[in-house]
Amino acid sequence: MADVTFTVDGKKLMAPAGTLLIDACRKAGIEIPAFCYYPGLSLQAACRMCVVRQEKVPKLQTACTTTVAEGQVFVTESPEIAQARKATIQLLLGNHPLDCPVCDAGGECELQDMTFKYGAGESLYVEAKQHREEQQWSPAVYFDRPRCILCYRCVRMCGEGMDVYALGIQNRGVTSVIAPNGGDHLDCEQCGMCIDACPVGALTSGSYRYKTRPWEMNHVSTVCTHCGDGCKVTLGVKQSNDGTEIVRADNRDKSGINGDFLCAKGRFGFDFVESSERLTKPLVRNAAGKLEPTTWEHALRVAGTKLKEIRDNQSGKTGGGDAIGVIGSNRTTNEENYLLQKFARTVLGTNNIDHDRSTDYVSFVQALAGHEGKIATLRETASAPAILLIGGNPTEEHPLLAWNLRTNVRLNHARLYVVNHETIKLERQAKAAQGVPPNGYKDVTTLLDQQQSEFAKAVMAEDSLLIIFGQEFRGAQLKSLVAWGLNRGNVRFAYLGDHSNSRGAADMGLLPDLLPGYVPVGEAGAFAQEYSGLPVKAGKSQAQIFDAAREGKLGALLVVGANPAKRAGVDPANLNGAFVIVLDLFPTETTALADVVFPAASLYEKTGTVTNTFGDVQLVKKAADHAGTKPDFEILVRLAGSMGVDVKTLVPFGKGGAVGDFGQSRGAQAGEADRHAVWLTANGLEPKVSPFDPLAVLDEIERLVPAYKLDRLNLFAGNDVSTEPGFVPVSAIASAGSEMIAPAHDGLFTSGELGRHSAYLSELNQYESRELAETAAD
Amino acid sequence: MSPKESNTETMSIFSPQLSARFDVLVAKYPVKRSALIPMLLYAQDEIGYLSDAVIAEVAERIGITQLDVRNVATYYSMLRFKPAGKFNIQVCTNISCMLRGAYELYERFQDELHIGHKGVTSDGVFSLEEVECIGVCCWAPAIQVNYAFHDELTPNDVPKIISEYKSKANGSVKNA
Repeated sequence: MADVTFTVDGKKLMAPAGTLLIDACRKAGIEIPAFCYYPGLSLQAACRMCVVRQEKVPKLQTACTTTVAEGQVFVTESPEIAQARKATIQLLLGNHPLDCPVCDAGGECELQDMTFKYGAGESLYVEAKQHREEQQWSPAVYFDRPRCILCYRCVRMCGEGMDVYALGIQNRGVTSVIAPNGGDHLDCEQCGMCIDACPVGALTSGSYRYKTRPWEMNHVSTVCTHCGDGCKVTLGVKQSNDGTEIVRADNRDKSGINGDFLCAKGRFGFDFVESSERLTKPLVRNAAGKLEPTTWEHALRVAGTKLKEIRDNQSGKTGGGDAIGVIGSNRTTNEENYLLQKFARTVLGTNNIDHDRSTDYVSFVQALAGHEGKIATLRETASAPAILLIGGNPTEEHPLLAWNLRTNVRLNHARLYVVNHETIKLERQAKAAQGVPPNGYKDVTTLLDQQQSEFAKAVMAEDSLLIIFGQEFRGAQLKSLVAWGLNRGNVRFAYLGDHSNSRGAADMGLLPDLLPGYVPVGEAGAFAQEYSGLPVKAGKSQAQIFDAAREGKLGALLVVGANPAKRAGVDPANLNGAFVIVLDLFPTETTALADVVFPAASLYEKTGTVTNTFGDVQLVKKAADHAGTKPDFEILVRLAGSMGVDVKTLVPFGKGGAVGDFGQSRGAQAGEADRHAVWLTANGLEPKVSPFDPLAVLDEIERLVPAYKLDRLNLFAGNDVSTEPGFVPVSAIASAGSEMIAPAHDGLFTSGELGRHSAYLSELNQYESRELAETAAD
Repeated sequence: MSPKESNTETMSIFSPQLSARFDVLVAKYPVKRSALIPMLLYAQDEIGYLSDAVIAEVAERIGITQLDVRNVATYYSMLRFKPAGKFNIQVCTNISCMLRGAYELYERFQDELHIGHKGVTSDGVFSLEEVECIGVCCWAPAIQVNYAFHDELTPNDVPKIISEYKSKANGSVKNA
């Protein structure tokens, strides 16, 4: 709508006609207090805190429901308004206890702030405050009735925002109370959004309540380690006896890719870092055959010596680089994944590197190679006018995507089309839904082209289309869907995968046949010059590595943050004495087979970047510290060091070989210039000073992987920056391996090994299964 | 928890007449949930109060959650969640009745029945309620027993009213 000009507190402001006054003021830096107003949710006008004086209007108006029009004049602060707000607070405090010193929200309570500002410390009301005992509604949610100020934020958040409708308001007037749908408990998705929205301490979180005071924590914004959406999560951390402890995870500043949202896993599933089962000492198998705690020096020496011995032994059956296998992780950072494959390819001399493939990103990127601007960011899912969701179940596996789709439909009237072999919850927001048999996804494009059904006609009538598809699509089927979309035009794609950095693992070349950026090892291009001794033959996949072990041809196996013994079902007897090195957080079926185990740091205890399933790169910041563990990055650098490798060839840190050699001494054409230094200078960057600085590797990734041309300013400011798979070279060889994809399908409360070690997620999971069992019994 | 359409006819807890009436009501308004309050009132008249089963069936018929039904129902003091007596005596104590002795009347009912506000006699015949204006100010003080009015009362009229209804109750028991 056209802009209008109006006056607030003597300032001329401009905003589109129809904008809510409260929004227009906030944008202009004029704060109007409000309890019930929450951007994006329906208007309530219940709290009367946002009252302002409008010229020529007899009574004070609520800024949250007043829309701006040409020539209006408002006053937002005056003695009259302050008095009105003070009176409102007195009413709100009628039953609200002033026990801020023992309230969980004390220090971050909007009512406390307002009482401080407007000074309603004394009240005209002399009646005794009514007290009610607090109630536990679920393992996640506690309710303290007298603290509730009936702003209805939680009710609207749960209903409109989450489409769960588990909270309601019962009774009337002074007896009004927030009520859960189960009578005395909540049957819901346990997302904790009601706690997040609560402006006071009425709804509190089971995982955080009464643990600490808000001002005693430091707050670090990082990326959630659980699913492929990559929400920004703010960790409240405190010093503890063995490092820095995470006390709380929430969505404190709401500045991330996830806006207002955070799910149960992000909010409650951080406690795995404090699990008593965490590995905190390196372990080496002793002469008696038992894993024994030891020092880092010893463990690194044992592992390094053995790896070197196997690599250099060219005579035996289990010698040379080809006798070494490397398995990477879906949860480590891009820098660690990049370093791992570089370590495998240049130090161990092997292309036998793979990871637990849960999503066929290779086919996806190959299908999009050469087509720029066709990948959708996660943010676009909240603004695209028309979305076609084929397969997948975002509500369970991609909660943020589901939130974005719901919000988009609610606020922008986006048209959502759902194709699925099951009934999924998002159909409630869909304009139209189409069922297919479980094996019928290959026919979807034909179905749309034929335009027989109303569904197909509606989809084909859309001008632009955002196609989001699930792990049902792999290999040729995926490629044909993308080809169909590219042919149709005005289409963008998103591919839903598991785990916090599965996309990064594929992008960074944890693959036997593809280098970082999906460059085939046989046509290594720039990598041929960068990686000395890069083997040109494609290596073994995870399955082939274990096949080799069965045949007694595997000398050593390096596993980083993965559990192939469980996921791939490896029988220890079939390893035939291969030397196994494992980096992990917890003892697993794989560490049980290991000869050397290094205790690794979790994603919350390291720095780097991760790429979500939409290809958005975000900065991971170290929040916590667990004594005894080291980031995988540091462990790999130290392992290389223990093998006698010049670490500078792995991690480009410090000044280059010849100081300031830009190729002058020997000539740039000789190919011996310090390319990294040249690139850094060209991009105005300083060389990193430490070999343990992952950002040194980020520099190299940016230099060598065309898809990772990152907007650094935004990245370091904590924003998501997109990658461009369209820059991936169109590859001559089609990578096989789609048959190796095994989706993890983690739900709302499961998260692989991490979930198993999160006591809180286990509790929520149990609570939910009990609910389901009860419902089924009814 | 998605509200599903299902065949409520076969398992309705309401009489066929009321079920038929509900079918009409639900289709009558542009938005189904507009039928909620009349449905609750009719259901209360037939069942006596809003039991969990009533709430569940009404929710299902309209296609909203039970929580939604409770949110609305708890707002209204004329909807009740516990059984009332066979005869629910509602004594108005608003201004006209109050000026003409409603409280004396109300106290007499309490003394005779030995129950207070919202109480039910042990035999389940009577319940007592103090209510807001029932619209009979010109013949105050007035009471309403179920849907029947008694007006221009004095406390001395109370025993007669009670015995009148008691015999009705006994009669119905004999007939039944």
